[in-house]
Amino acid sequence: MIAGWFAGDGDGFRLLGTRCSACASVFFPREDVFCRNPGCPGGDLVEVPLSRRGRVWSYTDSRYRPPSPHVTDPELSWEPRALIAVELESERIVVLGQAVPGVSTADLAVGMEVEVVQGVLNEDEETTWTTWHWRPAEVTV
Amino acid sequence: MRGDVAVLGAGMHPWGKWGHGFVPYGVAAARAALADAGVDWRDVDSVVGADTVRGGYPGHVAGATFARALGWQGARVTSVYAACASGAQAVGAARAQILSGLADLVLVVGADAAPKGFFRPAGGDRPDDPDWLRFRVLGATNPTYFGLYARRRMAVHGDTLEDFAQVKVKNAACGALNPNARYRARVTAEEVAGSAVVADPLRLLDICATSDGGAALVLSSMEFARRHGAADPVRIRAVSTVTPRYPSTVLDLPDIATDSAVAVEPAPDTFRASIARAAYEEAGIAPEDLSLAEVYDLSTALELQWYEDLGLCAEGEAAKLLREGATALGGRIPVNASGGLASFGEAVPAQAIAQVCELTWQLRGRAGDRQVEGARVGITANQGLFGHGSSVVAVR
Ligand SMILES: [Zn+2]
Repeated sequence: MIAGWFAGDGDGFRLLGTRCSACASVFFPREDVFCRNPGCPGGDLVEVPLSRRGRVWSYTDSRYRPPSPHVTDPELSWEPRALIAVELESERIVVLGQAVPGVSTADLAVGMEVEVVQGVLNEDEETTWTTWHWRPAEVTV
Repeated sequence: MRGDVAVLGAGMHPWGKWGHGFVPYGVAAARAALADAGVDWRDVDSVVGADTVRGGYPGHVAGATFARALGWQGARVTSVYAACASGAQAVGAARAQILSGLADLVLVVGADAAPKGFFRPAGGDRPDDPDWLRFRVLGATNPTYFGLYARRRMAVHGDTLEDFAQVKVKNAACGALNPNARYRARVTAEEVAGSAVVADPLRLLDICATSDGGAALVLSSMEFARRHGAADPVRIRAVSTVTPRYPSTVLDLPDIATDSAVAVEPAPDTFRASIARAAYEEAGIAPEDLSLAEVYDLSTALELQWYEDLGLCAEGEAAKLLREGATALGGRIPVNASGGLASFGEAVPAQAIAQVCELTWQLRGRAGDRQVEGARVGITANQGLFGHGSSVVAVR
C-alpha cells in the first residue's frame, strides 16, 4: 500500500516507523516530512523497526462487509476479521491491525500478548498485497 | 472574544430517509428558524452554511446554496467544513461575526442526505488520506472504532452489554416523544440484545443509523434581540472548537495508530474531555451547573464515555450514573432528551446544530413531553473527524 510500512520475513518481520532525531518521537504510519511534536525544533526522521510484541488495548470485528476502498471478493461470503489495537510498551503507541486468519474476537482479551506477523491483505491474478497481522503470542499458525 | 449571543430562532426538517437532496431539508429548517425568530430573510446580515461533502461537493457549497435557494439578498456568506463538527464551527463562525460587530443577525444552516449503510471515503486511489487508508488497509469502518471503545470500557471499567442496551432504551424513550426524530418507537433491552452484531460487542441497535435531515438557528447580538422585543432569549455563552494536544493517545477515527507518548507526556485530559473543559472555561460554568446535555451517541458505549468526559461523573462511573437513572428524563442530569443520534441518525452537517436547537427548546421550556423541568443551562458535545472539537453552552 504505502512503501516502507513493514519489512522482513518470518521471525524477522517488523513494522517500520520513523523516529525524530531531535526529540525521539516515534511515528507509525511513518512520518517522513515533519516531526509532529509541537515543541520540537524538527529533526531528521529516521526509519526504525517497531517492537515485535505488544499487548491488546482493545479488539473488535466487522460482521458486515466493509465498503470500498477495502477490497473483497463479492463472490465469496463475508468472513468477519478480528481487528486488534495493540499497545507497544517501549514505543508507547497503539497500533491497529487485523488478526491472523482464524483468530476471532472470542479468542482475544484486553491485555493479552500478541506479536506481529506477515500476512496477505488481498490478491488477484497479478498481485498479492501483503500486510501485517497480529497473532496471539501463544498461538502458532 | 467573550460575550453572549441570542438564539432568536430554531428550526428543523424532520429526520428520516426522505429521498431528496440536502437543499430542501436545509431550506425547510431555515424557514422554520426564521419564522420562529419572527424575522424576515431579507433582514439577515450573514448566512453560515455547514457543508455536506458527499452530496454537496463538488457543485454545491452550503452557505451560498442555501442563500440562493432562499433568494439572493446580498448577505455576507460563509461555508464551513469540519466533518461532524461542521455545525458547531458554523455556530462558532456566526458568533464571532456577531461579537466582532460584523453582523447583527445571522442564519446558520446544516443539512444532509446521507447514503445508506457505512460511511465511506470518496473514490480513487488516495493513500495520502488517513480515512482512505483505514478502509483500504484494515477494512476499519466507523462501527469498528465504536466496538474498540466498547470492549475497552468493558475491560477497564466493567461496563456490560446490558448497560449499553439501557442507553438505547433510555434514548429511544425520549425519541418517542420527539416529532423531529426519525425513530419514534420505544425499544427494549431484549430488542437490543436480539439485533445483529455489527462490530463486536456492539449490535445494530447500539449504533446510530445514517439519515437525511436539516437544522437551522437564527442568532443575533443581544442588542438586536432587545430591539426585536426578545428581552430574555436563550443565549449561547461558549463554543468550543479545540483540537487535540500532542500526543493524542486514545486510538481515534480515522487513525491506524495513536501518537507515541515516548517523547512527550500526554496531557491529563483526553481530547474529548478537553473539548468539554474548554467550553466550561469559556462559559464560566462547571458540570454541576448543567440542567441537561446533548451528546454525540454514535454508539451506546460512546454516550457513557461522554458522561465521564463531560465531568458528569468520575472516570469509570458512567454505567453507575446510568443505572441510577440520573441521565434519563426526570433524572439529575438528563442526557439526550431529544432522543440523540440513536433516535435521529447521523445527518453530518446538521447534527451539531440540531443539538443546539434541542437546548433552545428545552431552555425556553417548550420541549413538550420531553421537557427537562426548570432547565437553565445546557451543553452539547460532539467531535469531528480529523481533530475537530465541538461543544456549545447555552443558558437562559
Ligand atoms: Zn521531533
